[in-house]
Amino acid sequence: MRAVLSIRFAGPHVSVQDAGRPGFARFGVPQSGAMDRLALAAALGVLGQPGGAAVEVSLGGLHLECLEGEVSFAMAGGGFIVDHAGQKGGSWQVATLRAGQRLTVRRGPWGAWCYLACAGVLQVPEWLGSRATHSQSGLGGGRLETGGRLVVEGARIVPDLAIPCPTFARPLVQVRAVLGPQDRFFDADQIAVLQGAFWRLSAAYDRMGVRLDGPRLTVAGALDMPSEPVARGSVQVAGDGVATVLLADHQTTGGYPKIATVLDADLDRFAQARPGDGFRIALVTAEQAVQGARLAARQRGAWLGGLTSLQMQR
Amino acid sequence: MTGFPVFRPIFRPVAEHGVLVEFGDRIDAAAHGAVLALDRALALRPFAGFVEAVPAYVNLLVRFDPLTTDHATVEVALRGLLDVVGSAPVGQVHGVDVVYDGPDLEAVAQACGLTVEGVIAAHLAGEYQVALYGFAPGYAYLSGVPQVLRLPRKDAAVRGVAAGSVIIAAGQCIVTTLTMPTGWWIIGHSPTVILDANGPRPFLFDVGDRVQFRRVSA
Repeated sequence: MRAVLSIRFAGPHVSVQDAGRPGFARFGVPQSGAMDRLALAAALGVLGQPGGAAVEVSLGGLHLECLEGEVSFAMAGGGFIVDHAGQKGGSWQVATLRAGQRLTVRRGPWGAWCYLACAGVLQVPEWLGSRATHSQSGLGGGRLETGGRLVVEGARIVPDLAIPCPTFARPLVQVRAVLGPQDRFFDADQIAVLQGAFWRLSAAYDRMGVRLDGPRLTVAGALDMPSEPVARGSVQVAGDGVATVLLADHQTTGGYPKIATVLDADLDRFAQARPGDGFRIALVTAEQAVQGARLAARQRGAWLGGLTSLQMQR
Repeated sequence: MTGFPVFRPIFRPVAEHGVLVEFGDRIDAAAHGAVLALDRALALRPFAGFVEAVPAYVNLLVRFDPLTTDHATVEVALRGLLDVVGSAPVGQVHGVDVVYDGPDLEAVAQACGLTVEGVIAAHLAGEYQVALYGFAPGYAYLSGVPQVLRLPRKDAAVRGVAAGSVIIAAGQCIVTTLTMPTGWWIIGHSPTVILDANGPRPFLFDVGDRVQFRRVSA
């Protein structure tokens, strides 16, 4: 069965995402993929479609209408308000959208991104083996545009379900980072500022990164380094002393020193913070970072496994 | 073949998933050669848990799966490779066609004190090597723009510069692959396909490859 959804409204930064396209960073291509990969995996996993693509909804919101057919959908991520066929609910649920019904997703009490997965195959283009949208070019599954359509082939119906939102899907008040790799450009007192300050996400926040509001960090010596590879999570400090955390669609190389790198294991939670939200940076050793990542992966894996079996039991 | 200089790189951890292997802090051919040699060795003999390597001017980011390995183990594996690494690989040479019809040709000629034909001749005479990728997918930074064509960037970026534009600034040249803003000088366009997402080998160049520009008419 096919379901056709009309996009009555899509806010900025609403796009198709999957787990991303790894392995092309050497060619200037960031991995992209969901800003909150745990929430994406939850929405897809509960439908039995791991590795698939879903719609990433930004704070700008999304309004769909089902024109034809019917399709179940799963939502996960953040604390958004979901209005489905006149019924108000949250962004952690499985339900079915039928012809003539509308689905509205808008910002709620917390969270910056939520995921809408459809039971079936979203008909969107692939680019370099992935349907993740690279925001600067629009390549991949693509941005959702007001007036456009989403088509789901092989649309299925599954029972309604409430998905419990785990505490580890919520934003962090303290994110872990490993010092460097260019900490040598900063004096010890600046490292202390990095750790001691209360940082806030500024409004300059998109899929490439987020500028932080907080103290200016002084770069020691001339800002004269060759462009180097950067990572998702790099905390780079520009010439004006403003720190930026690079995110899913970051450029792959850059010439600003990176004072620290946020653990990938903390980035999904970090991405759920909103402009104005505050946090602290806790520096950990490389060994602690690996241990932390393994612990987080076990916790997430166990929870995602439980979600899949939750749906199977129905 | 002469022996490869013995480099003692610095290994810097990057979060829980990477090691930045640094062969110097200034752009120089020997450091870049060492980056390329380690990159090649790693591609031939990846360690368990290897994810990807990202080469740049003086360092190589080596990314790994923290569920499989860790920084210390990766560093040992990389030191092992460095002990047996050969000389920098000789990059493949790619011919790239250029139509010299860019909107900034006149301005470049004026700024460099050359005629338009002089700019074209100088650009064709360069010996280009892919130093690294950056800025956007498929944007290969080619080093080797002749000294006479070294211009800083423009004061302001121009929006919507078409894919396939041949642009120069700061001693480097890029054949763009996407329609993007740029503050570089546009001297022409290229019909050569650099990024073909559906091809078996989506990117024409790898880092370290060499490029020879060829003049073609529109």
